[in-house]
Amino acid sequence: MGEYVIEMLNITKDFPGIRANDDITLRLRRGEIHALLGENGAGKSTLMSVLFGLYQPEGGVIKKDGDVVHIKDPNDANALHIGMVHQHFKLVEIFTVLENIILGVEPNKMGFLQKKEAHRRVVELSERYGLKIDPDALIEDISVGMQQRVEILKMLYRDNEILIFDEPTAVLTPQEIDELMGIMRSFAAEGKSILFITHKLNEIMAVADRCTVLRKGKCVGTVDVKDTDKVKLSRMMVGRDVDFIVEKDDAKPGKTVLEIKNLTVPSKAHKNNAVKNVSFNVRAGEIVCLAGIEGNGQTEFVYALTGLEKPSAGRITLKGEPIVQIGHKRGLQSSASLDKTKPILMPIRHRSKLGMSHIPEDRQKYGLVLDYSLEENLVLQRYWEPEFQNKGFIRKDQVREYADRLIRQYDIRSGQGPVTPARSMSGGNQQKAIVAREIDKNPELLVAVQPTRGLDVGAIEYIHHQLIAARDNGKAVLLVSLELDEVINVSDRILVMYEGEIVGAFDPKDITVQELGLYMAGAKRQSNESEAYSA
Amino acid sequence: MKLKQLFPRSRFQGAGFQSFLASAVSIGFGLVFGMILLVCFNISYSGQGFISLISAGFSSSDKFAKVLYQAAPLIMTGLSVGFAFQTGLFNIGATGQYTVGSAFALIGAIELQLPWYVCLLLAMVGGAIWGVFPGLFKALFNVHEVITSIMFNWIGVFSVNFVIVNLSQMLAKDWGLAQMDRTAPLDAANPSAILPKLGLDKLLGSNYMNIGIFIAILFAILMYIILSKTTFGYELKACGFNRNASEYAGVNSKRSIVFSMVIAGALSGLGGGLYYLAGTGQYSLLKALASMGFNGIPVALLASSNPLGTIFSALFISYIQVGGDSMQPEFVREIIDIIISVIIYLSAFSLLMRSVIAKWISPQKAVAEVEQALPDETAAENSTESEATTL
Repeated sequence: MGEYVIEMLNITKDFPGIRANDDITLRLRRGEIHALLGENGAGKSTLMSVLFGLYQPEGGVIKKDGDVVHIKDPNDANALHIGMVHQHFKLVEIFTVLENIILGVEPNKMGFLQKKEAHRRVVELSERYGLKIDPDALIEDISVGMQQRVEILKMLYRDNEILIFDEPTAVLTPQEIDELMGIMRSFAAEGKSILFITHKLNEIMAVADRCTVLRKGKCVGTVDVKDTDKVKLSRMMVGRDVDFIVEKDDAKPGKTVLEIKNLTVPSKAHKNNAVKNVSFNVRAGEIVCLAGIEGNGQTEFVYALTGLEKPSAGRITLKGEPIVQIGHKRGLQSSASLDKTKPILMPIRHRSKLGMSHIPEDRQKYGLVLDYSLEENLVLQRYWEPEFQNKGFIRKDQVREYADRLIRQYDIRSGQGPVTPARSMSGGNQQKAIVAREIDKNPELLVAVQPTRGLDVGAIEYIHHQLIAARDNGKAVLLVSLELDEVINVSDRILVMYEGEIVGAFDPKDITVQELGLYMAGAKRQSNESEAYSA
Repeated sequence: MKLKQLFPRSRFQGAGFQSFLASAVSIGFGLVFGMILLVCFNISYSGQGFISLISAGFSSSDKFAKVLYQAAPLIMTGLSVGFAFQTGLFNIGATGQYTVGSAFALIGAIELQLPWYVCLLLAMVGGAIWGVFPGLFKALFNVHEVITSIMFNWIGVFSVNFVIVNLSQMLAKDWGLAQMDRTAPLDAANPSAILPKLGLDKLLGSNYMNIGIFIAILFAILMYIILSKTTFGYELKACGFNRNASEYAGVNSKRSIVFSMVIAGALSGLGGGLYYLAGTGQYSLLKALASMGFNGIPVALLASSNPLGTIFSALFISYIQVGGDSMQPEFVREIIDIIISVIIYLSAFSLLMRSVIAKWISPQKAVAEVEQALPDETAAENSTESEATTL
């Protein structure tokens, strides 16, 4: 047996009008973790789809243990012990974990399922690798992290030796990412070989042995991770230097734009409140970051602020105008007279007119109408303005002109320009379209929720610059983020949210990532809250 | 060229043309299969039967008038279903809305002795009322519109029967005619409620001819304008494609859903009005659902829910039905119905056919639908271009 378990030699894959993989060679050693790095659209997924048998390459050969193999479909890949965890999981929602794992290789006696035997094996595998799952839970009821563990167990159950992970960390929380890294290391130690698609440099530095970099369909090179660093890798990936530290001047905060008092939002998942009595202000010309681990009430907070959900109590004013004012029997110590006034719950359209922009957390669920074209999406918040309609008729030429300008100005890339269906655009460019739309609305308050989730370093850098430019234009920016680097780098003020409460307020210059992590995890909290808010 | 203008390139380049081609191919398959069935049922008359099936509609001006006469209500129910589709709703209640619309029109015509245009308005009101309930249930309680509208189909039929029997002069027997289970013929009860014929009946030599088909075409154009040119249509479609995103954009999605169903109901209701105010048909007290409403579903599917395409798909289905009628007596009624159903059924495969044709015409799009890796690649392509321009 040779050094390489898989060799993909001179692979070329064409799609109509575009060469997705151009003469790419990738060699995978036995027992190594091999990262595949590249920007959105560099051809990583295509290359792995070729290996997994989803595409047939126009040129090049694939060798397994030195012998040429032809992989015509995923069944062939499976027979060669190649397994893949897709970015979007391939699970049957209404089946149990166990049923999903055995799907396609069901142990049976004369057509009758032998679940007991399968159950025993799955439990044994999950214990051996520390992949915590509940074999009898339904997929639709379990967390994304557990769904991924189910996908990994599917590969193990099929005795796969070559494991492909397609951007596995995009959907995970920081803790789950650490866990996954540990699991990947234990696989490698056992002699399994791992191909790990990602555009997160930290993860490559942490876990990979070697790294192959793709750019625009071409192979830039393969490097040993121990001989390189993040700066070199990012230069290989993007083709230029990338700023990790965002250059920005000190904030010059002006008037208070957003004022939140005693906001309480009920939870849909459990009986407790998701947001508990939260108060803070955001001023013009500053970026306030609401940091926290996912599921600590940030989502509900943003929904209540932007009008997608109804809070149970509290008061929010935007530019001095109340947009939410709901009293309850106790708790509103600050303004006892609130109980008597009529509750206010301003509709979303009015909040938007008043100057609120919202880059939503889930871009496909809220941010875009995927079946609409790019231009139709770019006017989603403004189609009713006189600029874009006349007596109820859409002014298509104006819309086109506006879309063309945004596409140019914000460098939104798509196949067919303004008429491209949003569904067919890459995630990064979908996000750019939303950012362009929301910033170009010229808001007084920009609410940006995880605006860089799932994007490559180039796009992240771009969006950070846009946020800071908005701040420098005197806008108030409320950034909600899970990424510690982003929190520290971009914001002027950090508020940490833990279990629905603000547990600390910091100047990013005075706090380290480690300390911030302790607050986010609930291990520490500032005692004097009133001092915290005035920071 | 003109054909392409009729089927606008809304989303993709030439998508409208692809839809048209898909429908045409599906119809072709349907006809071939119909021919096979004819051979199976009665080989000696099969050739003759097939010829009359596909040519009867043009064989005489009277038959042609009948094609137009039946097409008018079909266009309306097709528009109703298609409009709801485009706004994310499955209006399987077209038949109930059609029945209630018919009843409102006939009550206006016979019981209240109103002129035809008021009766048509009443038909729309009736259909709209029958559309508003499923809309409200969907918007407020998230009850699926298919369930409510199926229930309302039956409630509609029996309520209409109940009301008509209990009014003083609705039935033919109230006007001294022998028929027990039918409403009074309009030429006896209220000739002013019959749709104007504008001399077209004399031109084509047929009593079936009136302005109904033009009203239907007018509404098809109107729906096309609303859906593709107005902010109102933009909101309704956004809400249909993605309710969350439309709410995020400040659209009142509950209102949109109710509006969609009301409009869909009014369209179906008007279809009922157009059919019965032609003066040639009498409403009979049935214990079954009117097929005109359900036939709106294949009409809409065949037209890919495009309002302008609906005109042609309704004409086609009406044409086939008239052709089927002329196959008697060599073929019995039931067999003709089977053949027509098979043709319509296969015609509705146009959606499937469209993806095949899309793959055939431009493989790129088909691949994009199958694998999402490709959009990334097009992004890469563009980045290469943009880099070239900056250099």
